[in-house]
Amino acid sequence: MTVLAEGMAGSRPRTPAGRAVAALNRTAIHVFLALIGLIWLVPTLGLLVTSFRPRADIQSTGWWDIFNLHLTLENYSQVLQAQGMLQAFLNTVFIAVPSTLLPLAICAMAAYAFSWMKFPFRDTLFLIVVGLLMIPVQVAFIPVLTGMRELLPDLQLLRGYGAVWLAHTAFALPFGIFLLRNFFITLPPDMIEAARIDGASDVRIFRMIVVPVSVPAIAAYGIFQFLWVWNDLLMALVFVQDSTKYPMTRAIQSLLSQYGTEWHLLAAGAFLLMIVPLIVFFSLQRYFVQGLLAGSIK
Amino acid sequence: MGLAPTPLAPAGEFPARAGLTAARAARGPEKPKWGTTILFLAPAGVLLLVFLIYPAIYTVLLSFNRGRNGIFNEWVGLDNYARLFADPDFLNFSTFPPSGALWNNVLWLVLYVSIVIFFGLILAVVAARVRYEAVLKAIVFIPMAISATALAVIWKFVYSPDNIGLLNAILGGVGIAPVAWLGDQGIVNFALIAVGIWGSVGFATVILSAAVKSIPAEVIESARVEGANERQIFFRMILPMVSLPVSVLAVTLVVNVIKLFDLIFVMTGGGPGTASQVIAFTMYQQAFGAGQWGYGAAVAVVMLVLLTPVMIFNVRRFRAGSVT
Repeated sequence: MTVLAEGMAGSRPRTPAGRAVAALNRTAIHVFLALIGLIWLVPTLGLLVTSFRPRADIQSTGWWDIFNLHLTLENYSQVLQAQGMLQAFLNTVFIAVPSTLLPLAICAMAAYAFSWMKFPFRDTLFLIVVGLLMIPVQVAFIPVLTGMRELLPDLQLLRGYGAVWLAHTAFALPFGIFLLRNFFITLPPDMIEAARIDGASDVRIFRMIVVPVSVPAIAAYGIFQFLWVWNDLLMALVFVQDSTKYPMTRAIQSLLSQYGTEWHLLAAGAFLLMIVPLIVFFSLQRYFVQGLLAGSIK
Repeated sequence: MGLAPTPLAPAGEFPARAGLTAARAARGPEKPKWGTTILFLAPAGVLLLVFLIYPAIYTVLLSFNRGRNGIFNEWVGLDNYARLFADPDFLNFSTFPPSGALWNNVLWLVLYVSIVIFFGLILAVVAARVRYEAVLKAIVFIPMAISATALAVIWKFVYSPDNIGLLNAILGGVGIAPVAWLGDQGIVNFALIAVGIWGSVGFATVILSAAVKSIPAEVIESARVEGANERQIFFRMILPMVSLPVSVLAVTLVVNVIKLFDLIFVMTGGGPGTASQVIAFTMYQQAFGAGQWGYGAAVAVVMLVLLTPVMIFNVRRFRAGSVT
């Protein structure tokens, strides 16, 4: 457990009155935390239960009516087949995998150069990368779309996945380079120096030393980027213009605008969207939280 | 939550672990190897130039053009900006309370940022005192993992106006008439901000919890031995120690607010009417919904201007880190 928790538990009040107050405080803390837990669990659980209830039940009673519970997989099969969510799921995979692997490779290479290679204006260029962290993607939409339409008049990029892959990759770079560079510079200089003295090229040092020893950091960033793309709606709205290639976020958004109260479809759709991030979260929680916190503490 | 993304803005605003010093100290080969350097940097450099740097500059130029339906052939000077700031849907001080997209961002900024930090700090300190801390933190953190689109569906259901919406069912249970959480212009922004808070408290808790735990137990214990009570320990010891992580967190949350889009787009589409629009929503709506690309570019420039102080702050802090 934590140092602080032990420290706090360590002080025991000596008088009976003090003990009573402490017990009351402890009860208050448990009640407060239980309430927090409920507020953070119940909305999601409610939608989960709803996704398994028949449509007629959903329309007539609240999901908490558990004495009258019938469960069905009908909602899922309907949303997957009739509403095309299976295709949308696959589309999300097609968008997310290249949009994760490309920035990983490109960021790792750039981060290596910023950490272990020597070239003029290196620190200035890196400060520009730090500045670019804050650029809102909206700033790029109009010129990039205009450019794509003018250079490729038949909208090849926007009809396929090309535009969204490129856009996700480019917008991921400042953060990815920043994150990986901050990890790479913590590697022991002796290790790199020794390899250089042995005559290893930068390409070799990068591939055989830096990448293998940085797997945890690269994995943490990879998970972060994958979930970012998986969960994204805005970029898909702007850069995917063929409706057969819409990812799940977009499919659910249009479900919602078409059938705003068909909760059997919406609930099942939302859980299909959530299932992969939840699996990633629960199985790789450590990497996931690391990815989020990376560069933050210390 | 998907806010950052906008599930969560990347944690990139955080100070670098070691600034520039470590890299400067590292010895590369005496002369730069141009071929290899270009090989390593070119992919990133080309993409950044083509997709970020050049478009950011070009957007400023396009914001002086009408740009109807994406055809930029009519120079209009500052007209887009003049219309933007005269548009009551963007900023309206003639009513009380004021309204408009930019005002809604201010509302978000004040309520969302402060309440997320408040809850995060309370949870970080209080949860550290119970054995089920890890479970509780995981539960509160779950919304961070899922899409803002899913978050929107979850909460649209909770806010549902009929008897199947949890919140109105609870109100009904104590005899209060149902509330149109997302349908009432006076309520909708608060209902949305509540969802934003729900989505981000986990992130704040995890960050602040790490900071709270870095305070050595002996320090707290000796203060207690000297007679400090819990309140004094919190305000005099814990709070000063977490002020840096809190400021870092605040920057992240501010950036989240300026970039906020997905949640609004899915939950209310900016409605009812235009009551819940925010600036990033206006940009999308004007450019791609109404075909006013030049006007949308002007909104994007306003976003860039709002984020510039954060950018400068970030770069400064990073450079300062490298001096030590």
